[in-house]
Amino acid sequence: MRIYALSVYIFLYLPIGIIALFSFSAGRSASQMQGFSTQWYGKALSNPFVIDALKTSATVALVSAILASVFGTMAALALSGMKGRIRVLFDALIYIAVMIPGIVIGIATLIALVTVFDAVNPWLEAATGWRLSMGHGSLIAAHVLFTMSLVIIIVRARIEGMDRALIEASSDLGAGPLATFRQVTLPMLAPAIMAGFLLSFTFSFDDFIIAFFVAGSETTLPIYIFSSIRRGVTPEINAIGTMVMGASLMLLVIAQLTLRRGKAPGH
Amino acid sequence: MAYAEQGEVIAEFVDTTKRFGKVLAADRLNLRIGKGEFLSFLGPSGCGKTTALRMLAGFEAPTEGRILIDGQDIGAEPAHRRPVNMVFQHYALFPHMTVAENVGYGLRQRRPKLAKDDIAARVARALDTVRLGDFGPRRIWEMSGGQQQRVALARAIVNEPKILLLDEPMAALDAKLRAEMQMELLSLQRKLGITFILVTHDQQEALSMSDRICIMGKSRIAQIGTPRELYDRPANRYVADFVGRANILPGTVTRNIGEHALVRLASNHDVVVEAPRPVNPGDKVDIAIRPEGLRLGASAEPGLPDITATVARMTFLGEHVEYLLRHPDLGELQVMVPRQAERALPGVDVGTQLHILWDQGNGLILGQD
Ligand SMILES: Nc1ncnc2c1ncn2[C@@H]1O[C@H](COP(=O)(O)OP(=O)(O)O)[C@@H](O)[C@H]1O
Ligand SMILES: [Mg+2]
Repeated sequence: MRIYALSVYIFLYLPIGIIALFSFSAGRSASQMQGFSTQWYGKALSNPFVIDALKTSATVALVSAILASVFGTMAALALSGMKGRIRVLFDALIYIAVMIPGIVIGIATLIALVTVFDAVNPWLEAATGWRLSMGHGSLIAAHVLFTMSLVIIIVRARIEGMDRALIEASSDLGAGPLATFRQVTLPMLAPAIMAGFLLSFTFSFDDFIIAFFVAGSETTLPIYIFSSIRRGVTPEINAIGTMVMGASLMLLVIAQLTLRRGKAPGH
Repeated sequence: MAYAEQGEVIAEFVDTTKRFGKVLAADRLNLRIGKGEFLSFLGPSGCGKTTALRMLAGFEAPTEGRILIDGQDIGAEPAHRRPVNMVFQHYALFPHMTVAENVGYGLRQRRPKLAKDDIAARVARALDTVRLGDFGPRRIWEMSGGQQQRVALARAIVNEPKILLLDEPMAALDAKLRAEMQMELLSLQRKLGITFILVTHDQQEALSMSDRICIMGKSRIAQIGTPRELYDRPANRYVADFVGRANILPGTVTRNIGEHALVRLASNHDVVVEAPRPVNPGDKVDIAIRPEGLRLGASAEPGLPDITATVARMTFLGEHVEYLLRHPDLGELQVMVPRQAERALPGVDVGTQLHILWDQGNGLILGQD
């Protein structure tokens, strides 16, 4: 059993470890370690295409994470006020949204957006001389669609765990509904919202499948990596991959810590 | 009755009824609460005490009837605009704030705004009042249960509410701490002069602290009165049973004697008891008599009915010994015997026949439930 578990871990993490290791290679081969250097990191970071893709990825990830946190929190609050069947239905839909494969979301979003654009564009162009197309907007929309469900699930759990008496205590002490939301509900939910934000950011930043369908002419970092690999893997790609992985891991750890901090003693 | 009839009325329930779907949680409550009064709602779990309190706080709206505070119908006022504050059963302290921030919360909601140092001064005074002077910067989870309760108390009284509502505030404390808190709460109430309304299922707590007690049974008010009134003159079987203990015996009125009546028991003994309500000869009534209202003797006494019963159990309680006696017609009877009096009964054990001495005028006729 132990050996079995061990081999699973080796199978999972060895390739990742090797990529990280080879990114420090001094040679030109991506599958061979030839001395130690950090030259490939320098090369990657001075490559204008990489920087461009990084900017696109970061912008999309940031905007979609913010939108997902705001809308997800609002949806979670609204759901917690609901009762009975409607609530069960929405809960189910949210879990389904998380389980649907990225490729389905990608295709579905693509078809939906193309249909909408086709319908709206002639009219819009006539009115403003401007037309909708794939790009930042469609990337953000597709990512928000998916990551909002993550935020809803995390924030919902936190709301369920919250003592309703706190809300009553606040209103008993003279705070109206808005003041209560600002001073009690929001601070209590903050760790969950923050964790949801970080997860959304990480997801959007790392996503390839959905982005591949709806990015239009934009290049995100995962799309750049994918297209460069077709021209052959270089240690530069290894370096980029290692940096992306490092950043994502760090965000995930921070998300976990925030969630756990939020559940600190006193609960 | 003293407050409702003499003093100023601060709050009033008028035919207040609350239904949760099919559950009737409060059934036509009628009650006046006096300014500066310490009133308790006492009753078993589920009888609607919390519901009554929550309607006053504004967390539940009455289904029917009205609630007045200071003569104003406050039915439409939301909780945050009512001049009352509540100490919640599990305190409901804000975990993301310090002790001082918790206590100052109500003051920070005031409009127009209070000055920062004014708030700080009032918070410090409230914390001093509950003897937590140095604990302001602490986190809530660093406080013990008893301290958290004091924080909850300070957070409420700092707002100088017209009425302070307390929902079983001592239920989560251990016995020693509870007794301490009871005394503290009482002296605080006397000092501040604020009306306190306490919800409790602990009769000892209600009896020792309250000016008046409102006994609740099955969503209704069973009786309102001072602790002494309730103990000495329970209105019905439910109250007699719930407040202290009582022997309850059926009988038939044979004669009226002013405020008293002669009642024939099932054993054909005649006893003289109080008659708080008018009765007529021939009426079937229930009589309540406290275990300490009966005496035990080795022989009968002239002028008293001679009720002979067998000792079934003796429970030693320190100052008192509780006797359980069995009579063929009257069933089981509890008699509380002071240790002093027990010396006159040497050699008594389970199975011994003793005379139950029922002094004239002890016990009373109960009303209908
Ligand atoms: N929010 C509610 N929804 C449905 N039923 C309730 C609600 N609150 C109280 N009840 C019911 O009303 C009755 C009285 O409850 P409560 O006032 O809490 O009693 P107590 O405080 O005396 O234990 C109980 O039967 C309880 O189940
Ligand atoms: Mg209760």
